Amino acid sequence: MDEVIQLVRSNMRRFGMIIALTGIIILFQVLTNGIILTPLNVTNIIMQNSYIIILAIGMMLVIITGEIDLSVGSVAAFIGAVSGVLLVSNDLPVYLGIIMCLLLGALIGAWQGFWVAYVNIPSFIVTLAGMLIFRGLTLVVLQGRTIAPYPESFRGLSSSFIPDLFGGGKIQFFTILIGILITLIFVFNELQMRKTDLSYNFQVLALPWFVVKLVLFSIVINLFTYILALYEGIPYVLIVLSILVVVYTFLMNRTVLGRHVYAVGGNIQAAKLSGVKTKKIKLIVFINMGIFAALSGLIFAGRLNAATPQAGTLFELDAIAAAIIGGASFTGGIGTVFGAVIGALVMGVLNNGMSLMGIGIDWQQAIKGVVLLLAVAFDVLNRNKTH
Amino acid sequence: MANSILKMKQITKSFPGVKALDQVNFNVKKGEIHALVGENGAGKSTLMKVLSGVYPYGTYTGDIVYEGDVCEFKSINDSEQQGIVIIHQELALIPELSIAENIFLGNERVNKGIIDWKETIIETRNLLDKVGLHIDPQEKIKHLGVGQQQLVEIAKALSKKVKLLILDEPTAALNEEDSENLLNLLIEFKKQGITAILISHKLKEVFQVADRITVLRDGRTIDTYNLHKENTTEAKIIKAMVGRELENLFPDRKSKVNHEQIVFEIKKWSVFHPKDPERQKLYDVNLHVKAGEIVGIAGLMGSGRTELAMSIFGKTYGQKISGQMFINGNEVFIHDVNQAIKHGLAYVSEDRQGYGLILIDSVKNNLTLVNLADLSNRGIFDLGKEVLVAESLKNSLHIRTPSIEQKTIHLSGGNQQKVVLGKWIFADPDILILDEPTRGIDVGAKYEIYQMINELAERGKSVIMISSELPELIGMCDRIYTLSEGKITGNFETEKVDQTQLMTYMTQSEEG
Repeated sequence: MDEVIQLVRSNMRRFGMIIALTGIIILFQVLTNGIILTPLNVTNIIMQNSYIIILAIGMMLVIITGEIDLSVGSVAAFIGAVSGVLLVSNDLPVYLGIIMCLLLGALIGAWQGFWVAYVNIPSFIVTLAGMLIFRGLTLVVLQGRTIAPYPESFRGLSSSFIPDLFGGGKIQFFTILIGILITLIFVFNELQMRKTDLSYNFQVLALPWFVVKLVLFSIVINLFTYILALYEGIPYVLIVLSILVVVYTFLMNRTVLGRHVYAVGGNIQAAKLSGVKTKKIKLIVFINMGIFAALSGLIFAGRLNAATPQAGTLFELDAIAAAIIGGASFTGGIGTVFGAVIGALVMGVLNNGMSLMGIGIDWQQAIKGVVLLLAVAFDVLNRNKTH
Repeated sequence: MANSILKMKQITKSFPGVKALDQVNFNVKKGEIHALVGENGAGKSTLMKVLSGVYPYGTYTGDIVYEGDVCEFKSINDSEQQGIVIIHQELALIPELSIAENIFLGNERVNKGIIDWKETIIETRNLLDKVGLHIDPQEKIKHLGVGQQQLVEIAKALSKKVKLLILDEPTAALNEEDSENLLNLLIEFKKQGITAILISHKLKEVFQVADRITVLRDGRTIDTYNLHKENTTEAKIIKAMVGRELENLFPDRKSKVNHEQIVFEIKKWSVFHPKDPERQKLYDVNLHVKAGEIVGIAGLMGSGRTELAMSIFGKTYGQKISGQMFINGNEVFIHDVNQAIKHGLAYVSEDRQGYGLILIDSVKNNLTLVNLADLSNRGIFDLGKEVLVAESLKNSLHIRTPSIEQKTIHLSGGNQQKVVLGKWIFADPDILILDEPTRGIDVGAKYEIYQMINELAERGKSVIMISSELPELIGMCDRIYTLSEGKITGNFETEKVDQTQLMTYMTQSEEG
């Protein structure tokens, strides 16, 4: 038992977020008489927040390097506008349009990263300028109008579901099968890791607790896919999200690039003298953010089925709030991809829950503000205590 | 004569998991200079924080009796009101404000709520006179040198009608001349009746100015010694500090210099200030190191020693760098840190917290940062192998930490320095440039670091060691260069030189 307490304590930050998220879900489950966990609503939460989660992951990387990006909302809107022009007005093939939009996002990221990394202008200023530039360009591209509707195949990216290969009845069996498959991969992976840890003689969780952990995670995964299966199954967006989470978690934990990103944010001078190419790292992180902002803009446009001038307003603040709630430190060097997702979900569930309760948008904003403040205050107090 | 100004009785202060102070007794007589010494982590700073109210009354047990009254300081303001002023190792001045503004910060001279600049400036001038600093009170702090800033801090203390002045490692960042000034100033203050507590690692200066000395070890008072007695020797103090006899301050090394093989050489190396292309910092420096050799660079602060090291290490300092660099006889052109590392160079900065470590990251991640390539395959690294490497470095270098996952910010200075050295040892360079490798480190850890350096030399590595502590250079090096005002002024075999000679060449200037 001591072992578990120790584990919880040393991972307080991470567990704290999950506990908070669970708490909020349970709270709304009671307050909304169980609407929040209905299959339709769970699916909705994922699809409504997908573009924020994507931005939050990119923003997490930016904040880890000790920078900030205020322009992501405008960039998302700009890319949405460009996609409208390409796909709706000019009837370009969808895949070509998407590739061009992502490349444009990378280019925008490179532009901002260049000023930050190589000209040494504070990212706050560069991206504040970017916020104005790309919002302005959005209006230029759209000439103040809304472009719609998108071709069906483009909309599918953000609003349709993987088909049930088994014909489909009341329950999407294919979704449940995928859940089981993921569980198997997860268990296999955990066992492998445990085996290597043991072969190196590292400390591992005692066997009973290890089994408890596996069972717990398996239940959560399958419960989740089961709920989704009761509605329309797995949305395409969820697949995109899952791939991003897995790839970026791996990138940050297991690759030299990831370690260098943390090092740049932790102490840029020490990193530089250790041979880390600090400027290049910053440029890469901004390019990455640009691509993510583009992806987010595309998904949002697809969901709305229109490219509008007002798209993406305040997205940057949602993304930053998600990253911070998810454990990023504004001084850089600290944060996880997983945390960004949890942070975005906390914000998303709050939005959704309060909407279901019929709380107006005015109070929603105020309450979210308080939550953000409390999350950071908790973090600061917690950190002072451990010192 | 026995009228004491301060008695700290049975002070105990605990942090979660550690007892930082354990029934410490500490008495200071009125009008004396009392030195407080001990290894890093012995509790000196904690004791002073208890005294000055940083740790408020109630968070510790025991009594503080100051001028006959039991004190219950709840904050720094309370203790300053009583004339207790502490000057920290890290200077707390605001660079963008003027000397006068800094001195009266929080204590502004006002007339009906409006700052009276005339009085402020006149008083500042008086205070600066007292500390022997003749500079315009309206000069900005950022334009002053470290030594001058230290004096401003002291002037600030004087402005608060200080009775008990506490100096935490005041000379750590100063060169010999500034140190000397500061110590003389302390003696001057003593004559005026100001009591001083001096925390220092430099026993030499303690013996020079202090009347009594209290040794702390592992949070306990070992003893207080009278420095005016004959039998109080440096060896005795060191023994009390480390709890064992240190036979030698410097470990023995069988010098195995390969005189045939010049590993590293620079010729006519000139460097200009990075922001001011007119200001030359180094002039035609020639220098070489052989395999297995430890070469010292003796230079005062401002002589260009760090500038030299950093300009060599991937041009991380300066502009308009000219001259030639040879490694194993071949000329090389190194333009950034990566190329420097590839050519087998390593640089351990004098500022380990600012330039050496990622404080919020773990011991493990710091140790492996330079050489992640060795642990990875196509950019993906082997976490298990990384842990093994970090563990073995931790053990072989005796890094005292509960775990390799511990954040380096929680380590003591000596252990932090071992981590910095460790990360370069893992990178396996051929030429190591060590800039003040033992600054601010206690005696025991110093010895261990010397051992590491010796071991590197014995393995055939070439070491360039920059230091302002001459005994250290003489104790460690095969050969010593003296550097003064950006020029190499001498090159000596260590056996044939003594401190006075070195100092003469170190202070040799163009005119002199």
